[in-house]
Amino acid sequence: MNDPCAHCEEMMQPYLDHVLTDAEKDEAERHLDECDPCRRRYKFEESLRVYVRKAAAEQMPPELREKLAALRIPLE
Amino acid sequence: MAFAGTVDRVDAEPEEAQRLAAEARDRVRFEEDALALSDQVYRVARHIANSREDADELVQETYARAFRSWRQFQPGTNLRAWLLRILTNLNIDRGRRQQRAPQMQPLEANDYFLYDRLAENGDGVTDEDRVVERLSQDDIVAALSAVPHDFRDVIVLVDLGDFSYQDAAQILDIPVGTVMSRLHRGRRILKRELAESAVEEGT
Repeated sequence: MNDPCAHCEEMMQPYLDHVLTDAEKDEAERHLDECDPCRRRYKFEESLRVYVRKAAAEQMPPELREKLAALRIPLE
Repeated sequence: MAFAGTVDRVDAEPEEAQRLAAEARDRVRFEEDALALSDQVYRVARHIANSREDADELVQETYARAFRSWRQFQPGTNLRAWLLRILTNLNIDRGRRQQRAPQMQPLEANDYFLYDRLAENGDGVTDEDRVVERLSQDDIVAALSAVPHDFRDVIVLVDLGDFSYQDAAQILDIPVGTVMSRLHRGRRILKRELAESAVEEGT
C-alpha cells in the first residue's frame, strides 16, 4: 500500500459501520494511533453520524399511534 | 358408517373452532408486535417520505396492508424489516419519489470541507466532537431531504434505522454491494448539503 492515509480513508466507512474483520480493524487502528489527521477525520465523521441521527429522530405524533391501532382487524 | 360419520362431524367442529381460535391469537400477536414497532417505523418513514404528512399517510397505508396480509409474514424473521419493505414499496408505487435534478458538483474532499466550514464559523471551537453542534436540527433535516431518494433511502435505513447492509438490501431489493456504494456516495452528498447550509449561515 503506497499511501496509508488513502487506504485508511477507504476503511473509514466500513470501520464506522462495524463491518471490518478483526485484522482490518487492527490495521486501521494502528494507522489511527500514529496519524493525527486521519484520527481527526474519523472522529469528526463519527460525531457527525451520531449528531445526524439524533437531530433526525422525530417522535411519532400521538394521533398517528391511535390511527394505527384503529386499523387493526376486529375479531369476529 | 352412519355412527362413524357422526363422530367425524362432532370432532371436526371443535377442531375447526380450535384452528380459528389459534389463528385469531396469532393475528392479535402479530398486530401487537407490529404496533410496538411503529415508533421505529415512523422514524425511518419520516425521512423516506418528503414531508410529515406523507410520512403519516405512508405509515398508515403500510399498517393497513400489513394487517391485511399478516399471513405472509414468517414468524421468527425480522418484522421491522418486513414492515419497511412494504413501506418502501408503497412509496415507490405511489410515485412519491420526486427526484431532484442529478447532482453535478464533484463530491471529493467533502469530509474536510464540511469540518473546515464548521470550524471556521465556530468561535474557535475546533474539537471534532463539538463542531458538529453548529449544525441546527433544521439544517440536518433539510440536508437529508435534499439527498436524492436512491441514496437517502439507504442512509435512512442504515444510519437512522440501524439496519444492516443485508437488511437494507432485502428491504430495497438491491444487491448488498449497491447498498454499500449508495451509502458511501449518499453520505458524501449529505455532507455537501450540510456544508452548503453551513456556508449560507456563516455569511
